[in-house]
Amino acid sequence: MHELTITQNILKIVLDAVKGQKARRVKAVRLLVGPFSGVIPECVQMYWDVLAKGTCAEGAKIESREAPMRVHCRDCGKDGEITHRRIACPYCGSVHLQRLSGRECTVESLEVE
Amino acid sequence: MEIKVMHQVMEWNEDVSEKVRAVLREKRVCLVNVMGSPGAGKTSLLTALIARLRGTFSIGVIEGDIAGQIDAEKIAALEIPAAQLDTDGACHIEAMSIQNLLPAFDLDALDVLFVENVGNLVCPAEFDIGENFRLTLLSVPEGDDKVAKYPLMFTDTDCLVVTKCDVLPYFSFDKERVAADYRAVNPEGPLFCVSTKTGDGMEALVAHLSARIREALA
Repeated sequence: MHELTITQNILKIVLDAVKGQKARRVKAVRLLVGPFSGVIPECVQMYWDVLAKGTCAEGAKIESREAPMRVHCRDCGKDGEITHRRIACPYCGSVHLQRLSGRECTVESLEVE
Repeated sequence: MEIKVMHQVMEWNEDVSEKVRAVLREKRVCLVNVMGSPGAGKTSLLTALIARLRGTFSIGVIEGDIAGQIDAEKIAALEIPAAQLDTDGACHIEAMSIQNLLPAFDLDALDVLFVENVGNLVCPAEFDIGENFRLTLLSVPEGDDKVAKYPLMFTDTDCLVVTKCDVLPYFSFDKERVAADYRAVNPEGPLFCVSTKTGDGMEALVAHLSARIREALA
């Protein structure tokens, strides 16, 4: 349910980004979402449909892709990427990992017309 | 046509949390974010900690709840500065709410400000509120699989406190499993097992926290 404030902020970022541009309508909003960001794109879409009403971003589709999570292995010392399905060092299998990324949620780009 | 944006969505919260941190740093106040499930024993642990720390530090409490004043009343009964933060339905506390509540306290007279977060093992972990450190509670009745099931809460904490250890004989709660799962996601994080009812383990926790608070105030 915390997506409400997150969606309000995404909407603000989007409306700021199209200000001064020739765009009439925002068709899609592309998000890059870290596996530990806690942002569920489907929830963002639901809030979006309500919050964006009456703006040029009304009806825009929320498209997201999951950002890879970068980790540092405390055992073999290498940096690698993992998914939340297998939390282990891709090189040596150790679970003694330090998280380097994964909590980010970024508005990457917009599709406008 | 595509417009490149590349804008961090959580920046607003990060910005405000940095401001909160700066204000508290200047006023020499250590902010401790206390998190755990509903019923994990956050208020009981706070009450027990306050009783043991109040001789050394001047303490205030922000009680975060979705509704009601129950916890704030319990804390106010200890006669220390307390404020209720009613999140009005929200599942977590944001830095902005802490910023708004700081004027309710005489920060010059405080050493430690505890924030009892909303009872929830998921969302609060995602929001930095300007804290110096985080305390996560896991109570024995919740089960020994919670570290594995809610990793972020245990990864992004500075200290795990297993509460209600006096009921361990009545639950199939494997302390070793919790310790191993915790080590896997947070190898450096300390772990304490306590019972606020019997007082077991409290001394070690209080010693650890006192050292961390002194560090933050230095």
